Parts: sequence; C-alpha cells; structure tokens
Amino acid sequence: MLVSLNWLKKYVDIDGIDPEELAEKITKSGIEVDGIEYIGESDLNVVVGHVETCEKHPNADKLNVCMVDVGESESLQIVCGAPNVKQGQKVAVAKPGAVLPGNFKIKKAKLRGVESNGMICSLQELGIDEKYIPSQFAEGIYVFPEDVEVGVQVEELLNLNDVILEFDLTPNRSDALSMLGVAYEVAAILDKPLQLPEVRISEIEEEAKEHISVQVDATDLCPYYGAFIIKDVEIKSAPLWMQNYLLAAGVRPINNVVDITNYVLLEYGQPLHAFDYDRLQSEKIVVRRAHTDEKMTTLDDVERNLSEDNLVITNGVNPVALAGVMGGKNTEVHHATKNILLEAAFFDPTTVRKTVKETGLRSEASTRYEKGVDPNRVKEAGLRACQLLEKYANGKVLKGLVEHDKLDRSEKMVSIHTDEINKRLGTSISIDEIGDILRKLQFEYTQNDLQFDVRIPTRRGDITIFEDMLEEVARIYGYDHLPFTLPKHFSQVGRLTPKQQLTRKINAFLQGAGMMEARTYSLTNKSLVGQFISPEIHEHNPQAISVLSPMTEDHQYLRLSLLPELLQSLSYNQARNQHHLALYEVGNIFLSNETKLTKQPQEKTRISGTLTGEWVTHEWQQETKQVDFYVVKGILEGLFAFLNIRVEYKASALAQMHPGRCASIYLNGKPIGFLGQIHPLVQKEMDLKETYVFDIDFEELVQQYEHQTTYKTIPKYPSIQRDVAFIMDEDLLAGDIQQLIEEVGTSLVKEVHVFDVYAGEHLPDGKKSVAFNLVYQDPDKTLKDKEVDESFQEIVEAVNEQFKTYIRS
Amino acid sequence: MKEKLEAIRNEAIEKIQSVDEIKKLQKLKVTYLGKKGSITSVLRGMGKLTKEERPVIGKLANKVQETIAQSIQEKQAIIEQKAMDKQLQEEAIDVTLPGRPIQVGGSHLLTNIVHEIEDLFIGMGFEVKEGPQVETDYYNFEALNLPKNHPARDMQDSFYITNELLLRTHTSPVQARTMRSYKGEKPVKMICPGVVYRRDSDDATHSHQFNQIEGLYVDKDVRMSDLKGMLNIFAKKMFGEDREIRLRPSFFPFTEPSVEMDISCKVCSGKGCSVCKKTGWIEILGGGMVHPHVLEMAGYEPNVYTGFAFGMGTDRIAMLKYGVNDIRQFYMNDKRFITQYHQA
Ligand SMILES: [Zn+2]
Repeated sequence: MLVSLNWLKKYVDIDGIDPEELAEKITKSGIEVDGIEYIGESDLNVVVGHVETCEKHPNADKLNVCMVDVGESESLQIVCGAPNVKQGQKVAVAKPGAVLPGNFKIKKAKLRGVESNGMICSLQELGIDEKYIPSQFAEGIYVFPEDVEVGVQVEELLNLNDVILEFDLTPNRSDALSMLGVAYEVAAILDKPLQLPEVRISEIEEEAKEHISVQVDATDLCPYYGAFIIKDVEIKSAPLWMQNYLLAAGVRPINNVVDITNYVLLEYGQPLHAFDYDRLQSEKIVVRRAHTDEKMTTLDDVERNLSEDNLVITNGVNPVALAGVMGGKNTEVHHATKNILLEAAFFDPTTVRKTVKETGLRSEASTRYEKGVDPNRVKEAGLRACQLLEKYANGKVLKGLVEHDKLDRSEKMVSIHTDEINKRLGTSISIDEIGDILRKLQFEYTQNDLQFDVRIPTRRGDITIFEDMLEEVARIYGYDHLPFTLPKHFSQVGRLTPKQQLTRKINAFLQGAGMMEARTYSLTNKSLVGQFISPEIHEHNPQAISVLSPMTEDHQYLRLSLLPELLQSLSYNQARNQHHLALYEVGNIFLSNETKLTKQPQEKTRISGTLTGEWVTHEWQQETKQVDFYVVKGILEGLFAFLNIRVEYKASALAQMHPGRCASIYLNGKPIGFLGQIHPLVQKEMDLKETYVFDIDFEELVQQYEHQTTYKTIPKYPSIQRDVAFIMDEDLLAGDIQQLIEEVGTSLVKEVHVFDVYAGEHLPDGKKSVAFNLVYQDPDKTLKDKEVDESFQEIVEAVNEQFKTYIRS
Repeated sequence: MKEKLEAIRNEAIEKIQSVDEIKKLQKLKVTYLGKKGSITSVLRGMGKLTKEERPVIGKLANKVQETIAQSIQEKQAIIEQKAMDKQLQEEAIDVTLPGRPIQVGGSHLLTNIVHEIEDLFIGMGFEVKEGPQVETDYYNFEALNLPKNHPARDMQDSFYITNELLLRTHTSPVQARTMRSYKGEKPVKMICPGVVYRRDSDDATHSHQFNQIEGLYVDKDVRMSDLKGMLNIFAKKMFGEDREIRLRPSFFPFTEPSVEMDISCKVCSGKGCSVCKKTGWIEILGGGMVHPHVLEMAGYEPNVYTGFAFGMGTDRIAMLKYGVNDIRQFYMNDKRFITQYHQA
C-alpha cells in the first residue's frame, strides 16, 4: 500500500511531524513502513504560464519561440525545443532565477540568436520519477488542464511536495488497504481527531429501479449487491488533484469515471465497478455461479473459460464481469459512454481468491476482496462515488439504489479485563490507560470496574478474540514500554540428549580426522537421485519422491543418498581449481516404496563423505600422499574404534562404484553402508578426478555405540608377539585370513594386524606375501613360550590348510 | 716421599689438562690411580717410613689421589660437554622450514551457529527437539492455526508432494508435535533447529532450502515481558552486549500478540547506514504469544497455560553475524569459503 501524505492530510492532521518520524511511529505500532519517497522538490519557483503565441525559430527548425503569460505585467519570450508545445497551452514555466533539480539554474540566455527568458518544463525536468508521469507526457513538456490559473506555483498543482510511505502490510491488517483505514491508524498513534469525508448526493427524481433489477442466485458468495444508475455522465479527465493522488498510489489515471471508482477504492478500500449501462443490453443484473465451460472476454481482451467455482455478474444471459476480479470487455466504459451502472458489492473472499489464482488476474480490487472488505463501507463507498460522479462527471444520480442485501454488518463484542491484560503482558497498565487506548482506536466500549466490553468496528475484521485485543492494547501502549522479565517458574534443566551429544562427538571426530563438514540440497535431479544407493537401502526398493511443482529440474526429487550432491560440490570445486577435498555431510534421505505416497516417508540420517586429491603434501620433504581407499578406510576404522563398534568389510560390486575398489560395511551381519572409489566412467561423467566416497547409516552408529562406562584394568602381565608371513594366491583377501586367525587363536590372541604386503621379486607369479603380527596376552598370568608356540603352530596350520598358503621363511 | 707424591700430582694434573679425548683420560686414570698406577707404587714404599711419618704420608697420598680423581672427573665433564655441543650443533635444523601439514577439518558455519544458539538456550533450560522434514499438511499448517484456504498460506509457497504431504516450510511443526506428545500435562521448553523448504528461486538472499531455529515455552504464567526478556538475553549473547533490541507488532497465524525483533545495527550503531536501510535496526526474528487455538489443538488449556514462541532463519543469522553476502555459499561447499570459518 502506497500512502500519499498529502492525501492523508485530508483526514488527519499530520502537520509538524516529518515523514521519517511518522514512518518510525507507524512501524513501531505494527505496520512496517518499508520506504519513504519524496515525489519532487517542494520549493522550485516554477509557475503556470499561458502560451500566447508559438512560432518557428527563425534559425532552427526544431525550436519554437513562444510568448508566455506568467501572470506578470509583461509576457516572457521563451525558446522551447519540445515537439508538443502549442499556442493556447497552460504549461510549467521556470522563470530566470529558478533552480531545477540537479542544481540546474535558469538564466536569461540567447538561443541561436533569439533571447529566451526562462524554460517551459517537462515533468522529468521538475524532478518527477518516470513512474509518476502520465504516459502522454512521457516525452515533451507537461500541459495542464485548461482551467488552472496562470501564475500559480506548480508544486501543489502537480503534487510535487508529496511524500509517499510504502506500507508492508501483514495479511491481517487489510483495514489499512484504504486511506480511511490508514487515517484511523495514524489518528490512534498520534492521538489526533479524524476528519471523515462528508458524503452528500443530490439524486434526481427518476428512480433506479425503473431501469434495473438485481437478482442474486449465489447468495452465499454474494451477500450484498448494490446497483446505482448515473445518467448523462460526461467522460473526460478527472480533476488534477485526483489524478495526482491516483498516481501517488501507483494507479494510472484513465478517465473521470474509472478514476473515480479507483479513487474510492483507495479511499474506502471498497472496490467498485462501473458498467456502461447502455451496453448491458438488459435491465437486469443476475449474480450467479458460472456454468461449466461458459466463456467470457475480460477487459484485457482475453477469453476466459469459466467453471462453477467462478462467480459472475450477468445481464440475465451472458456474463458481464468476473465478480470482484475483472469487468467484461462488452460493457466497458468508453469515451462515448452516457449512462452508468455502478456496482458496489460484497463478494466471498475465498471465491475471489480461487478465481484470481486460476486467472492470474490480481488487481487492487481483487486484493481487497480476497482479504474481505468492511461490510459497513460497501454501500457508503457507492454513495461516495456517486457524489464524485455528480461533481466531476456531471452525472445525474437516479434515486434509490437497487440492492440485494443479506449482509451481516453486526459488530463483535470482545471483553478485556485489566488484570488479565497485565497478567499476560507482564505490565501494570491502569484502567484509565486502557480506556484511553480504546478511545484512540475509536473502539466503543462499556466499562464495568476493571472490565471493558469492547465493540469491535467491522473495519477491523482481524479482531475476534481476547488475544487480538491484547495485541491492540499492547501495540498502542507501545512494545517499547513492556518490561524485560524472565519466566517465573523453573520448569526444567536443559541439556542435549545422549544422541545429540554423540552426534556432536562424531562430527568432532571426523573434523579432527581432517574432513570438512558440508551442506547440500535435499532436492536433486532425476538422473542423480538413483545413484550411489547403499546396499541396505537398495534392497528395500526405494522410490524416488518428486515434489509436485519444483522450481527447477535440478531440485525435484528427494534424495536417496547424500553422495550425488556432495560429488556435485566436488565438481564445483574442481571447476574452480580446488582439487584436494575431503567433504562430509550428516543429513537425511527419504525412503518410501510407495509410488504414490500415502504416508510420510521414512527419514534416515546418513553420514557420507567424498575425498579426492592429495591427502598429505609436504613438498620440501618430497612427501605426497594421494587419497586412496585405505585413507578413507582408515578414517572409518578410527570412527568405529572411537564408537567401540566392530564392523566387517566385504568386497562388493555396487552401481557407480569401481568393482575392484569397493567394500560394503557390515554390522552384526547386516550391511550399514559402503566405501570405495567411484567408477572411472562416473568420475569422467561428473568431471572428477580419482574420487573416494563413503556412506553409512548414521542412526545405526548411534544406536550401536557402546558407551564404555567402566574402566578396564590395564593388563598386568606382559604380552608376547609373533610375526608370520603367508605366501598366497594374489586374489585372496587378507581380511579372510585375519578372521581365521582370530577364530583359531580365540582365547589368547588379543590383537592381529597386517604389517606387510608384498608381491614381485623373489615370489612366484600370481603370489603375494601377507605378514601378520599377533599379540598374545593372558589377563591372569604370564604366558609361557610353550603355550604361545602351540597356539601359533595351530594357527599357521589352520591357515595353510584352509587357504593353501605356505610360510615364507 | 712427600716430594715424590707432589711431583706425581703436578705431573698428573698437567697431563689431564692437556688431554682432549675420553679414551686418553681413561688411560691417565689407570696410569695414576689404577692398581698398578704411580700412586700405588709410591705407597708400596710406605714400609720404609717411620711410625710418625706414615700417617702424614698416608694422608697426603689420599689427598693427591682425590685431587687427581677430581681433576679427571672435571676434565671428563668438560670433554663430554664438548662432544654434546658438537653433536647438537651438527643436529641443528632450519626451524623456519614449514612443518608437515595435517589435514584440517572443520564444521559448517551453519552448524556453528546452531550449536551456539543451542548452547545458549540449553543454558536457559531449553531442550533440543527434532522432527521430520516431510510433514503432513496438518502439522505444518492446520495445527498452527492455518486452516486450508487461509490467506496467510500464500506467505509460504510450499513444495507439496501430495495434497496432504509437503516439505515443511518452517520448523514449527516440531513445536506442535512436541506439545501434542506432552499431552497438555507439563510445561514445554524447547528449541528446534532444522532444515526447511520454500518455493523460492535461489539468489543471493533466497534459497529453496534453508534452516530455522524456533523456540517454544509453554507454562503457567508465561508473560509477554518474559519473551522480551529472553530475546534480549539471546540478542546480547549472540550479537554483543552493546546491542539494543526493539520489538514491533507483527502478524503470524500461530501467535497473538505477535512481534518482530530488530537489533540495533552494528555497522552504524543505530545511526542509519546502507546495511540497515537507514533505519538503524536490523530484523532478526519473529515471535509472539502462542495463539490460543494452537494451544488448544495441541491439548493445552489456554486458560491455564500461556506461552511464547519465536523463530529465526539460521542462514540469515549466520549471514549477519559473519558478513556472508550470498546465501548460496552455504550449499555450494566452495573450499575457499568453508575453510574460512574453522574457528568460527
Ligand atoms: Zn546501520
């Protein structure tokens, strides 16, 4: 809502308050003022002049020499270059000595040998923003209506001294979608009296009902319809002041009839529509639901296909307007219009809203209907328009409007109790102060001791319950005046849950291990959504879930893995010459095997990482370590150790993964994720270099986390170590052998790890040597060599037998 | 004999002085102090001495022996010191060369903000709650006093999946779910951080995915002044003790009265600048007293319980606090961006 302060002054005295201060006060009372705009400069010394003569410049084709009467004893000779200057015009003249915006000083001068004593101005030259300039004056000088007086200052005529406040209204404050509503608000804030327009019309004897009947078939959607008939209107420009106010409010002037309906719309917040009565081609108005597939052409020349959800105004046969949204082409007011049917109605907000959504025809009128207009202003606004049509279109208003009236105009009562107000706000506002606040708001009330029974005016449809009144009292009292307190009760101790604490620890672990936390989008595209799905997710056959109306194809499907978008982040970085990255994310995936969702998908938190490039680079010591499978596995092993979780790794072939460099991770025999290198072809497709990933069920980690609550005694007795290197076929897995060692050595072997892997010289082709280190320990006694030797021998034999290996001597 | 001993002593000390190797020193030790050493051989002639002379010479011999031993010891220390000095000198390295780098990880800026806010509110007795990102229309809207066809639903154009399911447009459904789970029987004091989604085109200040943190306190005798007091603490701890707060009336369907909170602009200290659009204030969060309909729907008796709620955009807070000028940075994971905030 754009609020012209000059216009506002008609209703409430705001003199002596500068616009910034007023804006601040309004903002603090509940309506945010988003901007303050000065239309022009208010002290220009530019006057209205009458062009008496206008002749071609003797030495220049494009210039004219004009004699201009500016109300002084002698006319001024002015050379003017505007193409539209003509004899007889009333124009804006900057006399010598005037200073135009941009510090442009007007002086006497000679132009191509002819003396020029001033300048005839365009609106731009007067400092008016393009958007406030009527289209016919976009080029060339501005021409006043004929009836303006010569010699008067133009600032007021052109509303140059106006200031516009831009209101950012919350949806509840539709009352401020009218100048009167704004006036009520400002009067309350400043505690000033309100001056409402006086509506008086002089109807002629002829009665409207002789020319029109009103029938409403859809009473639920149109509780009120009033039709005024105005005869013999004269279509011309609206008065300058009205055009100025419309422009200030962002509405382009068209002609007096349309401008008057728009003016009243802005003044009262009540949309009105003027039909060309003679083009109606009937003497009745029927308001009904549209028929299925009924057609009508709206003012914008578009044929609309209607349905029963739309409300239409008809002439008994055909639609002539889409109720509350747009008039019909066939009944539009035009330059030759003589007689007018003026509609003032109350339409159902939801129906208007639906129609607006369907057609995309949002207008000043529909916006107000959508929010609900004030039932007590509908008819009043019609009368106000009649008054203006009489005055500015020479119209004759026929006696008695014709109306359908089932409108509920009753006012709600809300009771407020002083103690309850203070209890809820934490204040100690007195009864008198509350009474004063209600008076400022112009709410009627009856007071009974501490209680006020408040009659809520219908213009404030947003107030229905005690809490609404609580806000009214609080905002006029001033939020600034509320005290700062802390809650009276101590209700609970705040702390993170064990799961939340663990989540933080896991994050800290990974960051300590050198990984950067990332955030990616949950919505991904069609080709990525099916990629990198972990085996335990894949086996449940998850369906990609699409949103109904995505903003872009790139963000349409809910992710089934965090990896695709994380890999996109790697590509993004590669493209910016950032080649060494270790990113991880903790985030949700969305699982459902329904093709059409009937219930919420299961949301599972995953922890996923992507690593590429150099892991360690120490140049001057010539040490460089590229990220490889074992770097990633090392991080995960650290994490599992940190969580006291034992997992197993099994070589796996997964889609999008390198078939020889990928392992699934098993916990208690069930897969919980995977790690490995992504497939070289996928790398290429995504513009990536060698890249490794991991993806693990985060919730499973948290659930399995064994919090070590008791201290374990450090072993008292020494341990004994044995090393053994097995020669084996190249494709054998070290993990399988390790597993057997652990099984066979069960009671005495405390730890097994691989310390060397070798293939090549000194070994037969197709063979490799894998060396294990075994740590023996007995918690209760010192082990004897003999015991260890026996166990060791048993292990070696078992391995050799099962895996056809032999010992390297 | 006395002269002999003194001569040995002088000779020994002289030799010890000139030695510069441990081995030679050891040799001297044997030469003078060993079982077959000079002193021992002198002492063998003790028998020829008188009864009176014996103790005198014996004493002297001991003294000489001690002197030599001490001299050797001192010399040894000096030689060892020199050797050590030499070794250390040889082992010296260029300490100005760069160290072996370790991979330095770090948390996301938004996570830091969330943790900071969580810790602050935990300190004031709040719990941290979470909820699903794909929500039902009921919990996302209806339970928050936004029935179907409510005009305010336009304020949040949403990603629907079906007519009944959508990506949550705010974290408020977590409030509704928590209240519902407490069955109107005990106070609720919680914050809920999380990801939310709106149908916005991504640009420097809009993102179809972003984060919110909301708070809710429902109890007996909760006052609007409590909201003001608590938000004041929050603003000062989060943005600095010198910042002022201002509450303005506003509108949210789930609160009444509703507020918007501004903090005084840090750049201009409230005088007005381009950052604060010349107002001196920067909008931080919205909130208000929980609407009685919301309490009722969640099973709380509005005549017994009152409460306040507030919510803020985590991304926006992070942008303000760290001067980030493009919200998309939070989701691009540009290394040059994310490595700037390790210690934030
Ligand atoms: Zn500022």
